[in-house]
Amino acid sequence: MIWVDTIVQGILLGGLYALFAAGLSLVFGIMRLVNLAHGDLIVMGAYLILVFVSFTGLSPFIAAAIAMPLMFALGYGLQKVMLNRVLGDDILPPLLVTFGLSVVLQNAMLEGFSADSQRLPTGALSTASVELGSINVGVLPLLTFGSAVLVIVVLNQIFYRTELGRAFRATSDDATTASLMGIKPANIFAMATGIALIIVTIAALYLGMRANFDPNIGPARLIYAFEAVIIGGLGSLWGTLLGGIIIGVAQTVGAAINPEWQILAGHVALLIVLLIRPRGLFPRAVD
Amino acid sequence: MTMLALQNVSKSFGALKVTDAVSFEVPEGQALGIIGPNGAGKSTLFNLITGNLPADQGTVHFEGRDVTRVPAMQRCISGVGRSFQIPQPFTHLTVYENLLVAATHGRQHSESEVMRECAVILERTELIDRANQTSGSLSLLERKRLELARAMATHPKLLLLDEIAGGLTEGECQALVETIKAIHAEGVTIIWIEHVLHALTSVVDRLLVLDFGKVIGIGDPDAIMDSKEVKEIYLGIDV
Repeated sequence: MIWVDTIVQGILLGGLYALFAAGLSLVFGIMRLVNLAHGDLIVMGAYLILVFVSFTGLSPFIAAAIAMPLMFALGYGLQKVMLNRVLGDDILPPLLVTFGLSVVLQNAMLEGFSADSQRLPTGALSTASVELGSINVGVLPLLTFGSAVLVIVVLNQIFYRTELGRAFRATSDDATTASLMGIKPANIFAMATGIALIIVTIAALYLGMRANFDPNIGPARLIYAFEAVIIGGLGSLWGTLLGGIIIGVAQTVGAAINPEWQILAGHVALLIVLLIRPRGLFPRAVD
Repeated sequence: MTMLALQNVSKSFGALKVTDAVSFEVPEGQALGIIGPNGAGKSTLFNLITGNLPADQGTVHFEGRDVTRVPAMQRCISGVGRSFQIPQPFTHLTVYENLLVAATHGRQHSESEVMRECAVILERTELIDRANQTSGSLSLLERKRLELARAMATHPKLLLLDEIAGGLTEGECQALVETIKAIHAEGVTIIWIEHVLHALTSVVDRLLVLDFGKVIGIGDPDAIMDSKEVKEIYLGIDV
């Protein structure tokens, strides 16, 4: 029974990793931009929520709802003012700029919030659980997983059912031709990064409620996000969810065998998937 | 009214002058054909008209407005539509979605306003059966048709066609010519680059010959095809 429990915990943890990864996957899918500051933006989102919570005493969920439009505006502006300038045939400039952004964010947060670890208050939620058959499952991990599924359903709906989504896909296919059809790629990219930062805020909410965070944990979140995207196959959002689940299960199973193996087991899972399916589990047919 | 006017437009790639002081005008509603040997600078000329490439010198006027420094996307919205020599559909989108994207953004309308019209264009370009297939799965003729359909969906006042008949069989070519004739009959101004001469001359009102980036001649198609200069340079016939 302990194994069933371990695997269920792993799947639910995978929801959190999928939330880390969905924004990264969205941005990469549309503009081939690898945002190395993604993890730090998640941590920043968590601090933003914390600030709202400490000043107003609101629930973290409401604080996150307030933070979302702010984060959207930040993402839109960041893309428009900075990242659009470095996009091009060469992949190095965007990597360098987002790496720089990552360093700046980490240091700014260290300056502003100190190195002490923080946590979002969860009240009774952190200990609440429901009984599913013979195992107990925490309400918070269930909420996290549910949110991840919801985020991916909504993103897919946007992609395949809306005008904005068609513009996303057209620009992703061929930005030059898209601009001849009257699309403004710069604005489309800014919208995409804005939406990615809304997802980052959701990820930050659950990260902050689940565990302690401090200004330096961003890069590790980035790596989990990366691994989820790569395992799932670039460009597939459901693949990203599955990638998150695989890492989550590998980590909990690893930890169940030996607590020191938790992180390592996640990375090993990535290597095994890459050995069997070098392009990930659900790569896009043509690229 | 003059739809498009180029004055002394030049463009160089390094030391190579691909467009050399080109000047011509296209009145509203006219169809102009452009011929010239490979490498004469025909597609570059289109890129200068659409704004994909900036001109080094000279001015481009569209509907009397100087658009020389206006970006491609703005020119599209104001009415310059184009098809590519090598079809460049959005391969991950369906045929219908390709049109929707062009129609909504090219004209700044909402999707509900243009859905009906996109269906009509698909009907006219005989792509209606393919509407829900991804455009990556189309045949060459269908891709060429999609290029035309997508350019039409932007509601162009000026339609630029770049070797749209190239690589098609005689029958396919005929069918495409009929579609283009019908579009022209509606009053859309057309500039058409083509190597398939009989297709071109059956539609256009005037013919322009380009060689080494220079305009060699412009005028009545028959007169141009009969001129000694054109036969020498373009057809390689010694006269």
